[in-house]
Amino acid sequence: MHISEGVLTAPVLCVGAVLTFAGLAIGLRKMDYEKLPEVAVLSSVFFVASLIHVPIGPSAAHLILNGLCGVLLGWLAFPAIFVGLTLQGVLFEYGGVTTLGVNTFNMAVPAVIMGFICRYFIKSPRLAVRVVSEFVAGAGAILLSGLLVAVCLVIALGESMDSAAKLVVLAHIPIMIIEGLITVFVVEFILKVQPEML
Amino acid sequence: MEMEEFASGKSWVHKLDPRVKIVITMVFSVVVALNNHLEMTAISIILPAFLLVCARLDFGKVMLRLAIVNGFTLFLWLFLPFTTPGETIYAIGPFTIQREGVYQALLITLKSNSIILMALALLGTSQIFTLVHAMSHLWVPDKLVHLFFFCFRYIHVIQDEYHRLNNAMKMRGFKPKTNIRTYRAYSYLVGMLLIRSFNRSKRILQAMRCRGFKGKFYILHHYEMKRYDYAVGGSSLAFSILLMVAK
Repeated sequence: MHISEGVLTAPVLCVGAVLTFAGLAIGLRKMDYEKLPEVAVLSSVFFVASLIHVPIGPSAAHLILNGLCGVLLGWLAFPAIFVGLTLQGVLFEYGGVTTLGVNTFNMAVPAVIMGFICRYFIKSPRLAVRVVSEFVAGAGAILLSGLLVAVCLVIALGESMDSAAKLVVLAHIPIMIIEGLITVFVVEFILKVQPEML
Repeated sequence: MEMEEFASGKSWVHKLDPRVKIVITMVFSVVVALNNHLEMTAISIILPAFLLVCARLDFGKVMLRLAIVNGFTLFLWLFLPFTTPGETIYAIGPFTIQREGVYQALLITLKSNSIILMALALLGTSQIFTLVHAMSHLWVPDKLVHLFFFCFRYIHVIQDEYHRLNNAMKMRGFKPKTNIRTYRAYSYLVGMLLIRSFNRSKRILQAMRCRGFKGKFYILHHYEMKRYDYAVGGSSLAFSILLMVAK
């Protein structure tokens, strides 16, 4: 969920911007020119995937897949997500200049954390271990992102946002499950078809 | 969704130096985002509104964009007026509407729309590649600039690939529903996109090597600040600073 412009207060925006700057610096340092086309093109895939809407009951949600992004790219998910969010901001006006830092942080940090956890277990020969870790990566990244958004809202707008913040987290639960399932299927698919990609 | 919908046009707003556009948008956004005065925020909309009129964008399409991105502010309107402690101005059954809550929701809505309109008027009226080029002149690290360049370059290619795969699924009678089968089908679609893109990126790397890529794009066309770039840039900055100072 993108936090739109004008909602957050200066301290939240500044902390978000500084942390994202640090994450980007780490990500860019780890990305050499050999790796650049791969990160860029995968980042385009995640951009296109975010335009795919999957049905949930009577409604539909677009894919986020930040967990999967973390599994595939590790720290490099930071620049990839930053680029995707900036392009969404410029092309569709989702989010914007001042919230870019906070929004990137909210999406990319869960991606990096979950990516690290999952990349360790993914080498396991046991299917059950792999499936659980992939599901946790996909679902956990969404849960963490939802929590971060909720925390930002409460810090910026005070206790009056408590119920809204709870709703944000609750609304993420069905998306969590779907993203978890999709991450399992995608990673298993990649392991079958082109394992060297992971 | 259509990309770069407003980017082609012949108005002076379209022709403005993209570096000026980026700088003005950033300064204006920060100033508006950080102020807490309803009147100032309302006045700030004058600048993006003026630029939008000058850019001669389709009014209906601009409003449609605004409506889509106002989902988040609408969400806040569902909460803030009722839950912010303060003076009650209206009561419906168990719910009370507080003056402070309405004020805050209104402030956020105005701020958010003012900033969105500014981004639409300036960044929306440029091609992405132009903006990326401008970024390289604004101390954005080279690697990040290249990432933007390649990412946007391949979004269209991958979108075409997505449509091709999606059409193939539809022709085989795929109908999305809320079940695991649907999610698995979409997963394989995404997985296929990822794998094809991964292999494509290897070919891109080889092609770049063949052309002797050394981490630098040589740019033939350079921007030149014209008199009206200085004029528009200067007056917009002055407007932003006035907003910040006049309280």
